[in-house]
Amino acid sequence: MPDNNIPVTDVTASPGPASPTRRNFIKNTGITTASLVGTAALVTGSDEAKATASWAEHFQGNYRLMTDEEKQEAIDRLEKRYSLEYDKKVTVDGTEAQEGVLFGYALNIQKCIGCRRCAKACVEENNQSRGPDQEIEWIRVLKMEKGEFTRDKLNDGYPGDYGIQVGGNAYSAAGVVLEGEHYYEPEKVPESDSHYMPIACMQCEKPPCVKVCPVRTTYREPDGPVVVDYNWCIGCRMCIGACPYWARRFNWGEPNLPKEEMNPNTHYLGNRPRMKGVVEKCTFCIQRTRHGRYPACVEVCPVGARKFGNLLDPESEIRKVLDRKRVFRLKAEANTYPKFFYYAD
Amino acid sequence: MATFFRFCFDYIAYVLKGDKTYWLWLGFLFLLLIPWGYGNYMQFTHGMIVTGLTDQVSWGLYLANFVFLVGVAAGAVTVVFPAYVYKFEPLHKVTVLGEMLAIAAVVMCILFVLSHMGRPDRLWHMVPVIGIFNFPHSMLTWDTLVLVVYGILNFIGGFYYLYQKYNGRPLNNLWYLPLIFVSIVWAFSIHTVTAFLINTMPARPMWHHGMMPIRFISTAFAAGPCLIIIVFLVIREKTKLWIEDAAINMLSTIVTACLGVALFLTFSEIVTELYHPTEHSGGVQYLMFGKHGLNNLVPWFWTSLAALVIGFCLLLVPSIRKNHDNLPYICTMVFFGIWVEKGMGLLIPGSIPTPIGEFTQYSPTLIEIFNCLGNWAVGFIILTILLKGAIGVLVGDIKNTEAITEENTEKSTEATGELATGGAS
Repeated sequence: MPDNNIPVTDVTASPGPASPTRRNFIKNTGITTASLVGTAALVTGSDEAKATASWAEHFQGNYRLMTDEEKQEAIDRLEKRYSLEYDKKVTVDGTEAQEGVLFGYALNIQKCIGCRRCAKACVEENNQSRGPDQEIEWIRVLKMEKGEFTRDKLNDGYPGDYGIQVGGNAYSAAGVVLEGEHYYEPEKVPESDSHYMPIACMQCEKPPCVKVCPVRTTYREPDGPVVVDYNWCIGCRMCIGACPYWARRFNWGEPNLPKEEMNPNTHYLGNRPRMKGVVEKCTFCIQRTRHGRYPACVEVCPVGARKFGNLLDPESEIRKVLDRKRVFRLKAEANTYPKFFYYAD
Repeated sequence: MATFFRFCFDYIAYVLKGDKTYWLWLGFLFLLLIPWGYGNYMQFTHGMIVTGLTDQVSWGLYLANFVFLVGVAAGAVTVVFPAYVYKFEPLHKVTVLGEMLAIAAVVMCILFVLSHMGRPDRLWHMVPVIGIFNFPHSMLTWDTLVLVVYGILNFIGGFYYLYQKYNGRPLNNLWYLPLIFVSIVWAFSIHTVTAFLINTMPARPMWHHGMMPIRFISTAFAAGPCLIIIVFLVIREKTKLWIEDAAINMLSTIVTACLGVALFLTFSEIVTELYHPTEHSGGVQYLMFGKHGLNNLVPWFWTSLAALVIGFCLLLVPSIRKNHDNLPYICTMVFFGIWVEKGMGLLIPGSIPTPIGEFTQYSPTLIEIFNCLGNWAVGFIILTILLKGAIGVLVGDIKNTEAITEENTEKSTEATGELATGGAS
């Protein structure tokens, strides 16, 4: 398996021309605006506004415990700061969960071809940091190789002189080992010797990550998704340790989110731009799904392997899948009760 | 109140006096703070990206040192326990030194947690009332609580003792003794809870077993007294305070016993994991033999195991154990062995493989090493100052001269005499 250490490069100190960092962008923005408008006052003004906004952000409380007015204040502050930073009108949504809704997800492993369009669409939608210094993807597609059983190894597994099973066909993968390879780079998918198993946050009903958080910055929303208040996270990474599905990502450095690629339709608990030193994860595209849209990964899947809907609605597609297909949960033995299901036809 | 200020003044004045070795030692420690400052600056401005940590291995050297130092803090109880529970006089006279070590170790623990945090500027989010303290759900809040309280208990216990001794007054055993006994129990709790911090996560099978707390305690009660023995031998060499042979021999006996238990537990774990290795044994396999061609930790594991086994065998022989010329070397070896065992042997392989079976290696960057050395240096500066002051009081170099002139000399000697036996009676 390849060694996937994130290269330890100093992003902010040595930005290559090919990979401008966000900080650089902020600087460049300042300079271009200044030369365009020709007034130094505006630059100072915008810098000041940014500084005031981020200063006030330092003292805000936990989002869940804010009053409605405080929430609105926090949102206004963020909208102002993001709009200045990304040079476009950025909206930060604060839509609450709807009564009678519990989001669930189902993935047809029989159909998945491992194209990873879901992972890419997710990054574009959810404003993750882009590579190469720090590439964050919430969806990873595991390639499961099919096992190979050969006639010439038939006797290798037979207990030898010491009565010990020493090898042979018994040691071949059968295709269901949880040592999924997620760095595969084929010319074409699907590959004939493999099948694929995409993973992301399972949005557990009993999430171990929520329990271990010392400051309750991560919690389950009433409509199901487990979210993070990025402004409250202290970066202790207990949740990363506790997650059995390796679904959480950390912003090791300042995220690298180019202005032109930034998605301006954001939600406070979802895809708004993050800062360095905090944890992030899949939220079932809370900014879309709370307005009746599908998550980006569901929308983009070319084979229709991904299904999403309201688990409390007996007529929803997701409920029909759960009722009629062969469904399982990944690592059910961990007793976390995911709302992300796998199924086969 | 005036007496209190006089105590502080005398204490500081004494700490600022020292011979060449004292200042060379402190100078060396202060020198380590230069790269520390640089490392902290880099990490604070650029984020954790300057470390070798990844989403795969997100806990590294900082937390490894934290876990180890909680053990050292708890290990201070090996001085307090025999002194107060078994009324062991040679250690009873120097109990306060153990408490000073505990204070310094707790400070180091807090520094390492701060280094580990992605957003140390948001630490206040954890403070009850102004922030949210997720108690009792989050094990990290338990750990914070027991550690801070342990530090406070030792601070009060140690400095109350020194203050009374300074004034030549007897201790008020009505509350002092209960405090000491609470702090003894508390010492066990800090390392137990630190074990719970990592072994309550089924996502990390290498840690997820019930043997963890006792393994932590046994290694702690070996590593802690190792450091104390070295400190005691240095004190005997460099200061007027004479620590009896019996005290040191008692500590080396404790090291031997606890090290034996620790090795036995390690052995039990290896047999359990490897007799029929499952996917959950990946961490131990990677640690001991390497896996998929990745073997960063293999030399560390075997070096540590060799150090501990050799150390244990040597300590078993009474003539070697009681030879105070060799003892510091053996203690250094064991201390180092346990440090490796806690870090490279337990904390790092716990994240390898990841919960989805990916093997990723971790090696710390220079900045991480700078920050670790700096945190240790701060701890040792505090330890040196605390010990220097405490020794000054114990040998009578720091004392309230006015109190003695006020009362008659005979009475004050009586009081001091009572102080020495006060705890035991």
